[in-house]
Amino acid sequence: MATTNATPTSGLGRLSDATRRRLQRKARIDVWFERTLFAFAFAVLLLLGAIIASLMLSSWPAIQRFGLDFFTENRWAANVEVFGALPAIYGTLLTSFIAIVIAVPVSFGIAIFLTEQCPGFLRQPLSTLIELLAGIPSIIYGMWGMEVLAPLLRTWFPSVFPAGTGLATAGIILAVMIIPFITAVSRDVINTVPAVMRESAYGLGCTTWEVTRRVILPSVKGGLVGGVVLGLGRALGETMAVTFVIGNNLFLNTTLTGQGTSIAALIANQFSESDGTQRSALLALGLILFLITFAVLAFARYLLRNSTGRHA
Amino acid sequence: MTADIHLDQKRNAGAAEAAAAPQIATKLRVNDLNLFYGKFQAIKNVTMEIPERQVTAFIGPSGCGKSTLIRCFNRIHDLYEGIRTEGQILLDEHDIYEAGVDLNLLRSRVGMVFQKPTPFPMSVFDNVAFGIRLYEKLSARDLEERVEWALRKAALWNEVKDKLKQSGQALSGGQQQRLCIARTIAVKPEVILLDEPTSALDPISTGYIEDLINELKKDYTIVIVTHNMQQAARISDITAFMYLGSLIECDDTTKIFTQPRESQTEDYITGRYG
Repeated sequence: MATTNATPTSGLGRLSDATRRRLQRKARIDVWFERTLFAFAFAVLLLLGAIIASLMLSSWPAIQRFGLDFFTENRWAANVEVFGALPAIYGTLLTSFIAIVIAVPVSFGIAIFLTEQCPGFLRQPLSTLIELLAGIPSIIYGMWGMEVLAPLLRTWFPSVFPAGTGLATAGIILAVMIIPFITAVSRDVINTVPAVMRESAYGLGCTTWEVTRRVILPSVKGGLVGGVVLGLGRALGETMAVTFVIGNNLFLNTTLTGQGTSIAALIANQFSESDGTQRSALLALGLILFLITFAVLAFARYLLRNSTGRHA
Repeated sequence: MTADIHLDQKRNAGAAEAAAAPQIATKLRVNDLNLFYGKFQAIKNVTMEIPERQVTAFIGPSGCGKSTLIRCFNRIHDLYEGIRTEGQILLDEHDIYEAGVDLNLLRSRVGMVFQKPTPFPMSVFDNVAFGIRLYEKLSARDLEERVEWALRKAALWNEVKDKLKQSGQALSGGQQQRLCIARTIAVKPEVILLDEPTSALDPISTGYIEDLINELKKDYTIVIVTHNMQQAARISDITAFMYLGSLIECDDTTKIFTQPRESQTEDYITGRYG
């Protein structure tokens, strides 16, 4: 300080006690605020870890007893204490696969129609209706599948669907359930394509098909994959609707339309009345489902990173 | 006002109009054009001619309808609902608003470049080849030649010849805009519409594109919308001044910038409003 009796004008110089106390208090509050936020975020991780740990712990007896045979044994027979995960894993993967094969083209079609072609007055009502579909509780889909869809399939295609219920029926129900999800996400990401992008493609003389196929869809590849994976995740874990229509056959049936089971359906059917090895085996199934969905999400992340990386 | 007048300024004005007409054909003729966004009238009774192989610049304050007008020339408005046009636009004396006009064919004859560069999500090469592939079946070799030709025309070849396989979206802004111009000229349109093509670019890239426009007018009819009056003065042969949806004045560029007929034009170019 050059002058002797200068009063401090900035907080960086001398501070009065009151000011210092006030600043210290503010700093303390901030520290606690940050700690609280961190605790919230960390709690989620902790919960995830705890779920995995408890699943592993309680499925350990079954894993120990069956080892890798758990994955290759093709029946789930409680009366003889033989528990194989294969029928359920097969059912889960197959029904989800059927659902995706049906749902993806339909959803993309709806999303493209809504964004590119739909007359303005229809756009909002149609979007709302599709979103409402997503809100229907899965048990309603289950009842509808059992009461309406399965008998219809049996009557119309008796040779293909002898029982009406079965893996393919479950796949169809799942497709109906995930179409709204994939549609909504696809519509939103397609809407992010800037108008000038469309205009310049049309401006070159492209037809709607060419614009969509060559410019719009490639522009939002990443987001579309994200939507599909969201749907896939839901299909893999869906329980109620599937339990109603899958047929609940606990022996491996490798036909597409035969009756079978899925991981979620099997657990839902048996868990409350199980104990001992059976309960432990069911928990091991849960762990497997967990890992499958985890792997699907990880794979999606990988795809997304690749598709965005290419344009960066 | 007809744009033909400027051609033979050395002769006396009366004879010039008669003599000039056969020399330079009219590429686009706008007759009594009105355009409505719902109830709002964005273009009011515009009548004008755009001469072939000349640069016609549209100037005017934001919202005056100049972009809206040139977007009529390739009917890009048709992508949206609630836009209604009345009147005629003749391309080589054929009404583009006539029933049965193939929009895709029209747009391949009247190309457009936008304010923001819009490279497609594909390689540099494919960006340029994209439009060609839509309309022509060329052998791989001819296609490569055409792409190189377009990139050279757009003064971009030297910068991208080693990265033709890279994504077009990885280029710099100025390069992207030249890529879009290359993409547009690759299909050999007759008219090129440029909607503020340099407003998002730095001065060097802007210079490239202005040189390019000068080069392109040997083969193409160029219509450019610009907010930059110096740019209009530098590169255009004809300047049209629009205000509130009306065409106030359209004449030889030197005349507009030195002795405009209308006081509104003078006010605008001298910066009194806009």
